[in-house]
Amino acid sequence: MPSTAQSSSVSIQNLLLEVERRGAGKPLLLLAGEEQLEREAPFLDALAKQFEVIIPSLPGFGVSERPDWIANADDISYILLDLLDKLDLTDVTVLGCSFGGWVAAEMAVKNTSRISRIVLVDAYGIKVRGPFDRDIMDIWTSHPAEVAAAKWADVEKGKRDFSQMNDDQLTVVARNIESFARFCWDPYMHNPKLRERLHRIDVPALLIWGEKDGIVDTAYGEAYANLIPGAKFATIAGAGHYPHLEAPESFLATLHPFIN
Amino acid sequence: MLAWHFTEMPYPNLPPLESLSTMRVSLSNQHYDPMIGADLYNRYLDEYMIADDLGLNLLCNEHHQTATCLDVAAPLTAAILARQTSKGRICILGNPVANRGDPIRIAEEMAMIDCISRGRLDVGFVRGVPYEIFAANTNPTQTVERLWEGIDLCVKAWQSVDGPFNFEGRFTHRRAVNLWPRPYQTPHPAVWITGSSDLDNIKKAAARGYVFATFLQPHAKVKWMFDGYRSAFRDTGLPGGGGTAYMPLVYTADTEEEAEKGARELTWYLAAKSEPQYRNPPGYVPVEFNVQALKGTFTGRTDAMRQKSLEFLKEEGVMVYGTPDSVAAQIKRLYTLVGGFDHLLMMQQAGSLDHARTVKSMTLFAREVYPQIKDLARTRPLELASAAE
Repeated sequence: MPSTAQSSSVSIQNLLLEVERRGAGKPLLLLAGEEQLEREAPFLDALAKQFEVIIPSLPGFGVSERPDWIANADDISYILLDLLDKLDLTDVTVLGCSFGGWVAAEMAVKNTSRISRIVLVDAYGIKVRGPFDRDIMDIWTSHPAEVAAAKWADVEKGKRDFSQMNDDQLTVVARNIESFARFCWDPYMHNPKLRERLHRIDVPALLIWGEKDGIVDTAYGEAYANLIPGAKFATIAGAGHYPHLEAPESFLATLHPFIN
Repeated sequence: MLAWHFTEMPYPNLPPLESLSTMRVSLSNQHYDPMIGADLYNRYLDEYMIADDLGLNLLCNEHHQTATCLDVAAPLTAAILARQTSKGRICILGNPVANRGDPIRIAEEMAMIDCISRGRLDVGFVRGVPYEIFAANTNPTQTVERLWEGIDLCVKAWQSVDGPFNFEGRFTHRRAVNLWPRPYQTPHPAVWITGSSDLDNIKKAAARGYVFATFLQPHAKVKWMFDGYRSAFRDTGLPGGGGTAYMPLVYTADTEEEAEKGARELTWYLAAKSEPQYRNPPGYVPVEFNVQALKGTFTGRTDAMRQKSLEFLKEEGVMVYGTPDSVAAQIKRLYTLVGGFDHLLMMQQAGSLDHARTVKSMTLFAREVYPQIKDLARTRPLELASAAE
């Protein structure tokens, strides 16, 4: 963690949420992906030079608590709207990646009074086609090697050395995997209601997609963008499901005009 | 001790196993021939009827989307046996109430089978092995909670005689629950549950007076679980619960050579392959176990035993095979090693073990082994003195 970073617990409705704050400037709420790979990533250092980046661990992720009543992204979005109230943040840029992107969309359909713009990066959250069409790759019935190949343009970049982690770190990894399944198993990676609510988003939206994302492909991303009034859609070459991690320079170049 | 005959009703007529990446969940059903399936179903049911004639009890279970088990609805098997047999007890081990998600329908079916069999039914409940998650599409992170909510609702429905009640739980909501029929046995059939590691669950079963059953585990682990079960009265005040049950693979023959040959065929079950994504769905085991899995030190039961020799499996009590006297001696040894148990559940058929040899083994067991072990004492709670206080 860089020296400017501060991590603390924030209590929302008796739920303890782990929240890190990094850098100085206007607030940017970063909703990490389900693997929480963002904290050590170079793109974040660049953002922290311009923004105060606020990084909550979603309920059930990191060391944030997961009460039984929280069952899906819809429930989580209320906790994060409460967090914006609690920290009294205004003019917030919300940047959500993968599962975090879905949560960002769930927030924006409910209340944008504290939000100035949203960025969704290879987000899940909607069902586009029919019941027999697989819109989102089933990562839980696919061989782990196939999932890795779908997620990363360069599979080497996605490899994690668990033997170098201590038990606390491994507990976070195992908990993240479990919570992701708790929230996304069924309906698989989407909220059937969200699609019908996206029209309510009344702040500028940018959807950034890795060209080689095999989990949710660019056609899915475009369909998502088309459901949000005025949303822009951009792709990043040479990147899979995590363009902000795999191609940070082109990701930042795409992001920059939108957030300034 | 009660002995039970069991087969998972396998479909062994597969391409060479080396050519398959899995026998479970995603093995294409183009490999299933309904003509062969019809023969197999009838053959396995015939074997249950023979077991009944031989004085054995009858145990059935269910799995889904797998060549290892064609029994996809244990209540159907139990219903057939309720009508076509007359002596043995019938146990479903068990109803996958977490995956099936309709406890009241299960309560009804069990009550009906109990009446048809005139009270010969024992009702097991299982959380379901990891592979089952995919066929049922149950959220893998809350199967234990679903299991217990389902069991408690089922038992309440069986016992309730004073009009409809409503239930608004975490996973099931029902209005005006009022079972017709009620179960034949009062207050309800014996309840069984299974487990392989979760001691809290095992103690919970003991506290409710349920039978606890475990399968194909090394005897030291079986003892650890049975001790946990028997000691539960210290926490709950209930002495000993409903009893304990253990399942090894069993093959009895006239000669040791013949027995070894039969036992080797039964290992087909242990060798059943699956792809890695189906073995440990996310959140199926607690976080602590998955930390071990990430370190590579937790690989699950079947993987650990897959490579072992027949002799090793016999030593551990996972397989019991030999001449009748040898089989009886092995069971008595196992009985002593684990602190006693009440039910011997015998997988006497697996893989391509044919009808004639299955029946021969069952018959030898029933005639020459069962009399030697029948009178083994029921297990008693640990620390009898404090149980009596």
